[in-house]
Amino acid sequence: MLKLDIFLSALANGLMTGAVYALIALGLTLVYGVLHIINFAHGAMLTAAMFAVFICHAWLGIDPYLAVFILTPLFFGLGYAIQRLVISPASHGDDSNILLVTLGLSIIIENGLLMGFRSDTRSIDVPYGFSVIEIGNLFLSTPKVIAFVAAFVVAGLLGLLLVRTDTGKAIRAVAKERTGAALSGIDVEHIYAVTFGIGAACLAIAACLLMPTFLVNPRAGNAFVLVAFTIVVLGGMGSIGGALIGGLIIGVVESLSGLYFGESLGQIGIFLIFILVLLFRPTGLFGAKA
Amino acid sequence: MKDKTLLLIAIVTLALALLPLGFESNVVLNFLAFAMIITLAAQGWNVLGGFGGQFSFGHAAFFGTGAYGMALLQVRFGVNAWLAMPIAIALGAAVGYAIGFLSFRARLRGSYFALVTLAFAEVFRISANVWSFTGGAAGVLVPLKLDPWNMQFADKRLGYWLALALVALVLLITHRLRESRFGAQLIAIRENEDAARALGADALAVKLKAIALSGGITAAAGSLYTQKFLYLDATLAYGPWISVEALLAPIIGGIGTIFGPLLGAFLLLGLGEVTKTFFANLLGGARPGADLVVFGVLLILCVAFAPRGVLGLLARLRGRGA
Repeated sequence: MLKLDIFLSALANGLMTGAVYALIALGLTLVYGVLHIINFAHGAMLTAAMFAVFICHAWLGIDPYLAVFILTPLFFGLGYAIQRLVISPASHGDDSNILLVTLGLSIIIENGLLMGFRSDTRSIDVPYGFSVIEIGNLFLSTPKVIAFVAAFVVAGLLGLLLVRTDTGKAIRAVAKERTGAALSGIDVEHIYAVTFGIGAACLAIAACLLMPTFLVNPRAGNAFVLVAFTIVVLGGMGSIGGALIGGLIIGVVESLSGLYFGESLGQIGIFLIFILVLLFRPTGLFGAKA
Repeated sequence: MKDKTLLLIAIVTLALALLPLGFESNVVLNFLAFAMIITLAAQGWNVLGGFGGQFSFGHAAFFGTGAYGMALLQVRFGVNAWLAMPIAIALGAAVGYAIGFLSFRARLRGSYFALVTLAFAEVFRISANVWSFTGGAAGVLVPLKLDPWNMQFADKRLGYWLALALVALVLLITHRLRESRFGAQLIAIRENEDAARALGADALAVKLKAIALSGGITAAAGSLYTQKFLYLDATLAYGPWISVEALLAPIIGGIGTIFGPLLGAFLLLGLGEVTKTFFANLLGGARPGADLVVFGVLLILCVAFAPRGVLGLLARLRGRGA
């Protein structure tokens, strides 16, 4: 009976962490779907967002759940500017250049944070950090439950944005056929930057949801980003539903393999999934044919 | 033309060999030796990335395999260092072949290939960090026994010359590569893989050969690293720093050229030292990360304004002057 309880709580924890993973992966998959590039700076941008949440709380006294309303637009703007002012002009439209430019950005952001904050690990102290919700024999951490629900809300909103709004339609048009979109009067460069901005905004939301229960140091994002890459590859590059399901799967796999094989091997499990999927099914479980 | 490059290789090697004769400064000798190690790692990357157009973000996988191979063969199996080095190089080539076999057969290119190499390097890093055979998180220590027989030199210049000899050898190999049929096919694949295949190049075989050669060369850098520092842990051997430097040096120096990695490594390390000193003086204390920020900026600037690196810029200036 006790065993079942432990299993169930690991499962629930995995699902909740997985939802945040999914949120991080959403930004990555959206950018890939539209720009057809892998943003190697995604992890570093997440770290930057986590530090922003830390600064908001520690220096300005703003609660992470309120900070989300400041940081989301801020990171949207930052993402927009990075794509418009750095990535696009520097890469001359060549895919391998974009790869290198985003790698360069990630090195700059990560080490800029290292310069500014040193390698100390920091956390924020919120009154609800350790509060739990009790369901039967299960004790669920309140911030994680909030993160779980919020991740789905954000994914839903993102879906609505893509389906209902003109910008969303333009984004989907550019993703499908950039020349055709340009010919019908869509400003492709603008849409690229908007997409990149949305990806960054997703990271800001994820950071606000993560910080009450996670620690941050200048390399914190790396752990998440390889997980996010795995999810994106598993769910199918560019697929939003795939990112959600992939995120939940990976969260559960990590939590259960951590339970049965120990922390560090749980991580290897994720990488092995990643490599296997890339090698044998690069379009992912739910992805369309490349 | 052919003889001109050979002559240039001879002159550069000789000049580098004579450098440490004038002085005995340990700081400079350490810098030179480390520059040789980075050059070698970068030369390995350049074979695959520069000539073959396959951008790896995980050359740490080869560097670390060479480094750990060198250390563990000596510590766990009592193999002599001079014998351990070729074995470590062969291990690096084998890992290269294996990763290449898996990813090139699955037709991974571009960002997919970059991602999968990155993931392999991470798998190696995490494994080396937990496995007791590799010393786990505590790492491996190669006992200090200063004796040329153990490839440990009391005179640091000897260590530098050994590394330089390997760099010169790889300069020759790259030169031969560029002149050879294999090299021509590799470059053709970089330019247009489908066209190269249509013209009868066996793309898979060529790329496999290139990644094995690339892995072997970068593993040689790792094995030299082990002998220089006599200590290794998972982050030193398989960490992202070496993947980044192996890729940056050729891009800054001149991607797909013979001397690009060498020039790039010197520029990179020189600039790193200058930045570190500058920020240390400016802020009154060492600031880790400052040099890497500069590297990142440099990478973006290179991609934006000097796609063929410093050598490309020089060639352009010369072309304008003539």
